Amino acid sequence: MSTGQPSVRLCHLYPDHLNIYADRGNIAVFQRRLEWRVLFLEVVEVGLGDPIPSDCHLYYLGGGQDRDQMLVAEDLVQKADPLRHAAHDGAVVLGVCGGYQLLGHGYSGADGRPMPGIGLLDLETTAGSSRLIGDVVLDVTLGGQTRTVVGYENHAGRTHLGGGCTPLGHVRRGHGNNGDDRCEGAVAGRCLGTYLHGPLLPKNPWLADTLLGWALEHAGFGVDLEPLDDGLETAAHGAAATRAGLRR
Amino acid sequence: MPSLPQGLAASAARGAGRLSQKLGRGGGTTIPGLLLNRLRPEATAEMALAVPGGVVLLSGTNGKTTTARLVRAALDASGTRVVANTAGSNLERGVATALLNAEGAELALFEVDEAALPRLMAQTRPRIVTLMNLFRDQLDRYGELEHLVDRWRDAVAELDPAATVIYNADDPAVAEIAARHPNSVSYGIEDPRVGRDRLPHAADTTECRHCGASLHYEMVTIAHLGRWSCSECGLARVQPDVRATRVELHGLDGQRLAIATPQGPIELSLRLPGMHNSYNALAATATAVALNLAPETIGPALAKREAAFGRAERTQVGSTRVTTLLAKNPAGANENIRTMLLEDHPLHLLVLLNDRTADGQDVSWIWDVDYELLLDGGRLASLTVSGDRAYDMALRFRYAGLEPGQLSVVPSVPAALNAALQSSSSTGDLYVLPTYTALLEFQAVLADRGLVPSFWEDR
Repeated sequence: MSTGQPSVRLCHLYPDHLNIYADRGNIAVFQRRLEWRVLFLEVVEVGLGDPIPSDCHLYYLGGGQDRDQMLVAEDLVQKADPLRHAAHDGAVVLGVCGGYQLLGHGYSGADGRPMPGIGLLDLETTAGSSRLIGDVVLDVTLGGQTRTVVGYENHAGRTHLGGGCTPLGHVRRGHGNNGDDRCEGAVAGRCLGTYLHGPLLPKNPWLADTLLGWALEHAGFGVDLEPLDDGLETAAHGAAATRAGLRR
Repeated sequence: MPSLPQGLAASAARGAGRLSQKLGRGGGTTIPGLLLNRLRPEATAEMALAVPGGVVLLSGTNGKTTTARLVRAALDASGTRVVANTAGSNLERGVATALLNAEGAELALFEVDEAALPRLMAQTRPRIVTLMNLFRDQLDRYGELEHLVDRWRDAVAELDPAATVIYNADDPAVAEIAARHPNSVSYGIEDPRVGRDRLPHAADTTECRHCGASLHYEMVTIAHLGRWSCSECGLARVQPDVRATRVELHGLDGQRLAIATPQGPIELSLRLPGMHNSYNALAATATAVALNLAPETIGPALAKREAAFGRAERTQVGSTRVTTLLAKNPAGANENIRTMLLEDHPLHLLVLLNDRTADGQDVSWIWDVDYELLLDGGRLASLTVSGDRAYDMALRFRYAGLEPGQLSVVPSVPAALNAALQSSSSTGDLYVLPTYTALLEFQAVLADRGLVPSFWEDR
């Protein structure tokens, strides 16, 4: 962008179909945390049948009901190339719940129907016999810093990572990717996936700012994000950790 | 454990209920039924069969308690002796507890949790089932809405063909389930003036149930309810048998409805606010008509009913009028907000958010509520947030754009009420929006101040 204030262009994928766990909360966090620093967020919404732009700095894919996720999966695999190119060039990609699964190679549902993924993250998901539900606390290391990340998980999928990505966090409370290996989420470069909602970002402002910092950098702005007064965020983070059985 | 004989099992269960009440462990609205179902699993089916006029079940995500109260009012007015589960004990154990006290009742009327409905339909073999709506609610407890839709569909398929299914024609998911049943009565809103032309954020059932195409809405009333049709396959809402041809909303004071029924018209002055209560009144009217009650009986009976526990209930606290609006899911909370916005004064709010089992442990749902509507146009004068997850609610409003100076976070409920009463002293009106367990907590605070009865006395 040649003139005006620094802004981040966000591609919100399938807002009408993937919105089950309050995904708009994550979008609101991106928007406000930029606004409070006199920076801006431009949102491009992409639905079924719409082309994906390759010039966004941040791509967001939320969670949906099984039925909606299947509709989206079939649409997304046919048009994911611009997203793959953008990710390759350094754009930030965040997938939550169903969106996380779609970033992997695919999902085998309980009825045996395969759901295709786009393979941005080297992982596979298969349906388990029960749902993994509850509060989650993770230790997450990104950009050389380790912090606690809190959220809520509710998923039937069991996700196993391949060698091409690393876990987003180590599970201190909760189930994580599959309930077995104490790992949660996945990271490859600036592409992140996680089962955590709640939504994810309001109670984890450090994670939000990390992603925004990457997106600004990809947009060509060497902006240092000023610290904000995160008193409420910190208190809500603490309440969620207490709920999960830590610090009780 | 082998099943105990019915008389013995029932006596033991009743005794446990009396003991629970004596020990101050609550009103005994669930413990007897819980014990009875353990001692004799077939007891509910046997007791239901013994009610001479049969069983009526009402279910849906929102409006069960209010609608059951309205139907009850019409039955009371007709002189019918009814056994019902009051106080929202709407799982199997609550129904079993109520049936223990069915002696002398001519008819049983139960509001039923939407997840428990399929099992209770199988057990009680109802004469009438009223299917009200299905909204996104407590995903951690109910699972995805689609699974609930599938379970309801299976339950209706198993229903006695002679039983009557009453259903909300404006809810495409519910309508599709009920339309398969040979004996059904539909209800809905026909007045185009109360509709909106677009779906709100995070509407649930927006695709055609037959072909998967996006539904077209000529008008939207609440969430995904409205006048819908599919432009691909032609599936469309039917004209309802019982329909509101005129809806006049008078803020929190109530509303006037003109309702057409197969038995004749009803002009209804309802003391319950908001379009969600228009639907509740329609569900109650359709149920009452199916019970052969006359329009002349139904209208006046419904008009007398005041709000159920915590559902737009008004309490005078000193010089402040406190209006309590239970909000436990996005559809309900959005209707509360729309109803409050019909008032013409600045709004002072106390929002209570808990995350206990009955509330749903996942508080994500607050992000699907359109609290932004309160901030647009500066209608919100002050906000106090409280409850176990007060800070989550504070964040919801912070990211909606509320100025920090307008917000107080007071986790303790009694202290939060005091703070909110002080903030609202300029208008003398305070609106309290609690989740379910927060409502119980809030009512206990009021009861401590001598202001309302304990909840199990609620009739």
